[in-house]
Amino acid sequence: MLRQLEGSKAIAETVALCRPEVVCAYPISPQTHIIEAIGVKVKEGSLAPCEYINVESEFAAMSVSIGASAAGARAYTATASQGLLFMIEAVYNAAGLGLPIVMTLANRAIGAPINIWNDHSDAMAVRDSGWIQLFAETNQEAADLHVQAFRLAEELSVPVMVCMDGFILTHAVEGVDLMDQATVDRFLPAYEPRQVLDPEDPVSIGAMVGPEAFEEVRYLAHLRQLDALDYIPVIAEEFTALTGRPSGGLIHPYRTEDADTIVVALGSVLGTIKDAVDHLRDNGERVGVLGITSFRPFPIEAVRSALANASRVIVVEKAFSLGMGGVLATDVSMATLGSSAVLNTVIAGLGGRPIAQHSIEAMIARAIRGELESLTFLDLDEGIIERERARMARTRRSGPFAENVLRDLRQNREDRS
Amino acid sequence: MSEQRVHFYQVGSFAVGNRLLSADDRTVQSSPHRTNSIDSGHRACQGCGEALGARYALDAAMRATNGQLLAVNATGCLEVFSTPYPETSWRIPWLHSLFGNAPAVATGVAAAMRVKGRSDVRVVGQAGDGGTVDIGFGTLSGMFERNDDVLFICYDNEGYMNTGVQRSAATPPAARTATTDVVGAEPGNSFGQGKDLPRIAMAHDIPYVATATVADLHDLERKVERAMSFRGARYLHVFVPCPLGWGSATNETIHLARLAKETGLFPVFEAEHGVVTNVSRIRRLAPVEEYLKLQRRYAHLFGAKGRPDIVARLQAIADANIARYGLAPERDELDNREDA
Repeated sequence: MLRQLEGSKAIAETVALCRPEVVCAYPISPQTHIIEAIGVKVKEGSLAPCEYINVESEFAAMSVSIGASAAGARAYTATASQGLLFMIEAVYNAAGLGLPIVMTLANRAIGAPINIWNDHSDAMAVRDSGWIQLFAETNQEAADLHVQAFRLAEELSVPVMVCMDGFILTHAVEGVDLMDQATVDRFLPAYEPRQVLDPEDPVSIGAMVGPEAFEEVRYLAHLRQLDALDYIPVIAEEFTALTGRPSGGLIHPYRTEDADTIVVALGSVLGTIKDAVDHLRDNGERVGVLGITSFRPFPIEAVRSALANASRVIVVEKAFSLGMGGVLATDVSMATLGSSAVLNTVIAGLGGRPIAQHSIEAMIARAIRGELESLTFLDLDEGIIERERARMARTRRSGPFAENVLRDLRQNREDRS
Repeated sequence: MSEQRVHFYQVGSFAVGNRLLSADDRTVQSSPHRTNSIDSGHRACQGCGEALGARYALDAAMRATNGQLLAVNATGCLEVFSTPYPETSWRIPWLHSLFGNAPAVATGVAAAMRVKGRSDVRVVGQAGDGGTVDIGFGTLSGMFERNDDVLFICYDNEGYMNTGVQRSAATPPAARTATTDVVGAEPGNSFGQGKDLPRIAMAHDIPYVATATVADLHDLERKVERAMSFRGARYLHVFVPCPLGWGSATNETIHLARLAKETGLFPVFEAEHGVVTNVSRIRRLAPVEEYLKLQRRYAHLFGAKGRPDIVARLQAIADANIARYGLAPERDELDNREDA
């Protein structure tokens, strides 16, 4: 049934349908509405048997999830940004132990400077952790991906992170078709762990592994990620058959068949890019969009074939590796290896900066004219940059640069008024 | 029924051999039905107090729970010496996650058991002093505050022994470690407030807090069983000498643990809901020198260039403990000593 729901509420309702047994969380914006809504359900008893644990940190939230999962319970948590970084040791540990925890990541920038708004720096910081990372384009897909995530995680014994853009999705109210319990139950069987703490059959989990076997153990984890590349499309297809919705899968191509230029991106910005592409198509430009749903494992073959006929690939991403450039673009470049396609990286939307359709259209037009730098920062205020660079060159103690930039911006506004 | 005369050889230990006790009073460890939770073949050093403490504590917990026990372990000596891949010493279900998260992992395991309706299955978390008082402190305090159904055991050997004997917040003043060397005006670890975790645990008003040493294994087992009679968060702080880190002879582990108690440096007591309910009074009061001199980590306090001033400060700590917990020997014990 289609309902007008806040994204967070849709996630909470969907996670509840997945019958979680231990839910653990520590509050951080913009994840809070999700865990608050689940907390209410547990407290009123409608999710029984389910334990909801208010912990003292994200490090504890992931650690409680590890214990619960290893003891055979379906475990769920949610976090964002600094919270993800605070739990990062446990994030790696959960993957290393092969525990099928599902976590919502309400994507948010990482400080300093502290910033609560959306970008993908948090997800990129754990891309090598061994978690499957799925990116949702809409709230509908975010909700649907959670049901698929539990299935995927438990089938492969790998933790899964569902990434949804903080505020842009988590706090947006839009129509979401929630599944019913019977359909979810049909799709998601009860959790049957591969390894479990059981007094009747004692095992040791988490032994020290030395050089004689570490590489093999890590390679086995890599193989499970490769297995996921096969399995993700299978369960997405099954999900579509059950619900009629095309949620999930490895990639979402849009008007790419005859496209010379293809824009690649993750998450909710795909909506804006599709609008831009539609507009450019109306003007006769042959452009398309490739949304990547499964960022880890990275579907290199699927991306390669989707981009095979393009002469220009533009990767738009909400994160970057300082001193290097695009993160997603680096992965995409492995998929276009050997092709003659020109690759542009466009960093956009950092710290919640709006990505406007007209900016995207202007950027694509420049790319088509061959005027786009290989690494571009969308809508960058060059004047502010130059002012701070000049200040730093002028004085040794130029002061904290974030605060300088804010002061310069205010000055600019006052000068204008 | 014929009477059998037994000879009781008092060796100054105050220990009573199991064969002198009724079957009910014997240790779990003396029973052929013990679990051997941590089995032989592990790689602990000779004279390791932690291996001994863990063995007694877990086997007692196994008996108390009728074998329905799950153990969570922090990174550290106990974890490393018990599970060198592909071998394991554990004959009970055992999970190691990280250094600083064992209390939270134990919370998760306990939550899973509640959800599964397995209230008969109990959870023990274990760590060394580093994993308890330092890096695991936040998660431990959180577990206490929520009163999760976990018995957390700290095996305190007063330093980071697994990484090569560095200082922890449980390292006593003046003790030499690799990061508090015996150089400068204040040789060894500095004097400070210390981090008295049993008292901090009590401040959480959890149902049960106790301390024990590996010198009195009957007492250790009894406290584990007592802990298992409560629901909620429980804390057991076990004093476990470390020959490697302390520079003590490997056959002095029990002796040192006893002296730590008999000097007053390590108070042995029990508390319920934040109130001390029982203390193990000192049997034969010993001056701190007797304890310190057996350990090379304190060698700089003695000899020609000794530091009687520092020894006096350590004695003052012991005296303060004796006063705080009322550890002074019973009058008749003192009289006996004076007679002798």
